[in-house]
Amino acid sequence: MLEAFLDALLLQAGYNAALVALGAGLLGVAAGSSGAFLFLRKRALVSDAIAHATLPGVGLAYIVMVMLGGEGRSLPGLLLGSALSAGAGLLAVQWLVARTRLAEDAAIGAVLSVFFGFGIVLLTVIQNMSRGYQAGLEGFLLGSTAGMLFQDALLIAAGGALAVAFTFLFRRPMTITAFDPEFAATAGIDIRRMDLAMMGLVMGVTVIGLKLVGLILIVAMLIIPPVTARLWSERTEHVVLIAGLFGGLSGYLGAALSASAPNLPTGPIIVLIAFSLFVLSLLAAPRRGLLAGARLRQRYRKSLHRHQGLLAIARNDAVRNPATLKLLRREGLIGRDGTATEKGRDLAATAARNEKRWALARQLYTDDVQAGGYDGSRPIEELLTRDAIAQIDERLGEASRDS
Amino acid sequence: MGTTLCLASRERPSLTDPARSPFAISELTVSYGEKPAVLSIDATVPAGSMTAIIGPNGAGKSTLLKAALGMVPRLSGAVTVYGEPVEKSLHRIAYVPQRASVDWDFPTRVIDVVLMGLYRELGLLRPVRARHRERALACLERVGMADFAARQIGQLSGGQQQRVFLARALAQDAELYLLDEPFAGVDAATERAIITVLKDLNAEGRTVICVHHDLATVADYFDHVLLINVRKVAEGPVATAFTPENLQKTYGGRLATAHIDQLKLPAA
Repeated sequence: MLEAFLDALLLQAGYNAALVALGAGLLGVAAGSSGAFLFLRKRALVSDAIAHATLPGVGLAYIVMVMLGGEGRSLPGLLLGSALSAGAGLLAVQWLVARTRLAEDAAIGAVLSVFFGFGIVLLTVIQNMSRGYQAGLEGFLLGSTAGMLFQDALLIAAGGALAVAFTFLFRRPMTITAFDPEFAATAGIDIRRMDLAMMGLVMGVTVIGLKLVGLILIVAMLIIPPVTARLWSERTEHVVLIAGLFGGLSGYLGAALSASAPNLPTGPIIVLIAFSLFVLSLLAAPRRGLLAGARLRQRYRKSLHRHQGLLAIARNDAVRNPATLKLLRREGLIGRDGTATEKGRDLAATAARNEKRWALARQLYTDDVQAGGYDGSRPIEELLTRDAIAQIDERLGEASRDS
Repeated sequence: MGTTLCLASRERPSLTDPARSPFAISELTVSYGEKPAVLSIDATVPAGSMTAIIGPNGAGKSTLLKAALGMVPRLSGAVTVYGEPVEKSLHRIAYVPQRASVDWDFPTRVIDVVLMGLYRELGLLRPVRARHRERALACLERVGMADFAARQIGQLSGGQQQRVFLARALAQDAELYLLDEPFAGVDAATERAIITVLKDLNAEGRTVICVHHDLATVADYFDHVLLINVRKVAEGPVATAFTPENLQKTYGGRLATAHIDQLKLPAA
């Protein structure tokens, strides 16, 4: 099993498996990076509507191709059909939001289920039509790599590469539109077109991913890697890059894993790997991860103890709280006998000055966004601009002259 | 920064000539559903002025700006910038939206937001070079935020966020500055920093238009006012248009007369 996995990982498990792994990797990069912009624009759910809306297109394309005397199973034909019906689904969502009182979530739910239901009906009809002959369209629901042809893999790889190039090209306007659409509109960006391009991109990724991971799970490839990447960075470029990386990694590893054992479905394995990366990141990511959060809270509690202790020293009060005492001792701010060390007295003076500044800042500042920062546990220079501190000090000077 | 060309003339006749005004609106009407938000407003903002758009909540102040810039569909009306249709003149305008209109948990740093102001220069592919970063930093320096360049924007206070928005507008190096409630919910130091920058811009010959809500500071900050409450009530220099009668007409019963008496009004 492990050997088979390593073979697949190193593209040694046969021509077809190698193709699938490479295709899945590229698809993952495309889905992760384009999904990142969708996520940042807060429209991740739209991908769900797009994906489900592909199904009737697949069925109709099959019927049309068979009626025209063709094979019916040609992948480009089926994908073209799915793209057309996905586009129709997208337009339906947009029309419902713009012209009715339905909110976007309700519109998405309605469109998604109706298109999906219609698609299932079509698949059943096709099943009965072909009488025992396997059309193999169910593979589009959950993905299937069985019987994938070279040109199919090529199509997926080329589509993925195109989507990545497109994402790179439009990264700036898509970032600005996602952050501040009102500003974007005045900065020379046509936000309607940009949104359309973003949706088109996601639609393209969905369509090329249909064969490999299926329409139900392609949504996971569009959403999970960006959400994971957001945990790791505070910069848009990096979020997009990391999302592409995680997406590609999940695609490649998932395809290799499923190739290394019989009857392991590709799409679901890819999604499970993406999810594992998410769980690891949720735990371990710096700043936004759960462990980092616990550490920050711990540090914050310490800083509150330190601050309160220092203020007590400044007032010449005895420090009574045992936790505070312990911390001050360990940091060498008070000696064994409980009196403040020189370092302790210095820091206490600073703390007392900052406390005065904060007291005034609380009066001056109507804006309460940072009210939590006014507890004095963080250096004032980190929270206020220089001119604001200067203004406070100026007032403090006046106050001490008055008294 | 080379924008004085169009603003050289300050003679009386040109001030009311829409063809030379940096911002002229005629017959602008906007409706949301079956209620007009802005009804048939005409206004000609003089070149080189500091203009305040004033009115009660729901008077259509922000809508007026957004509709003028094409963000909200207009039912009717034309907007010109130095005589040209506004759609063709957006590159001469820097717009500062309301702070509350964006998601401050967005993964971007202060410097990145300011660099967005250089989008017209950078376009899709031109790389961000050291000189671009220096320019963005200089803009941050002007609003007192250079020390915060590498911070994630969500860590800033409301006033600091507003300063970053202003720095982004400075990076655009525009002739006309449109600001939507720049002083709303900011601290005193930020208000001072912002008005200083705006007055500097104005001194350089640029036109500044603010949606403004604090009647007490109108006379100190601005030289021209547009009073609206869905319709236009009055327009003109602060000295003649910002009068108790006009304010009463704009705010109706919502503004007690006693309150108006306390305002710092221009000497009658």
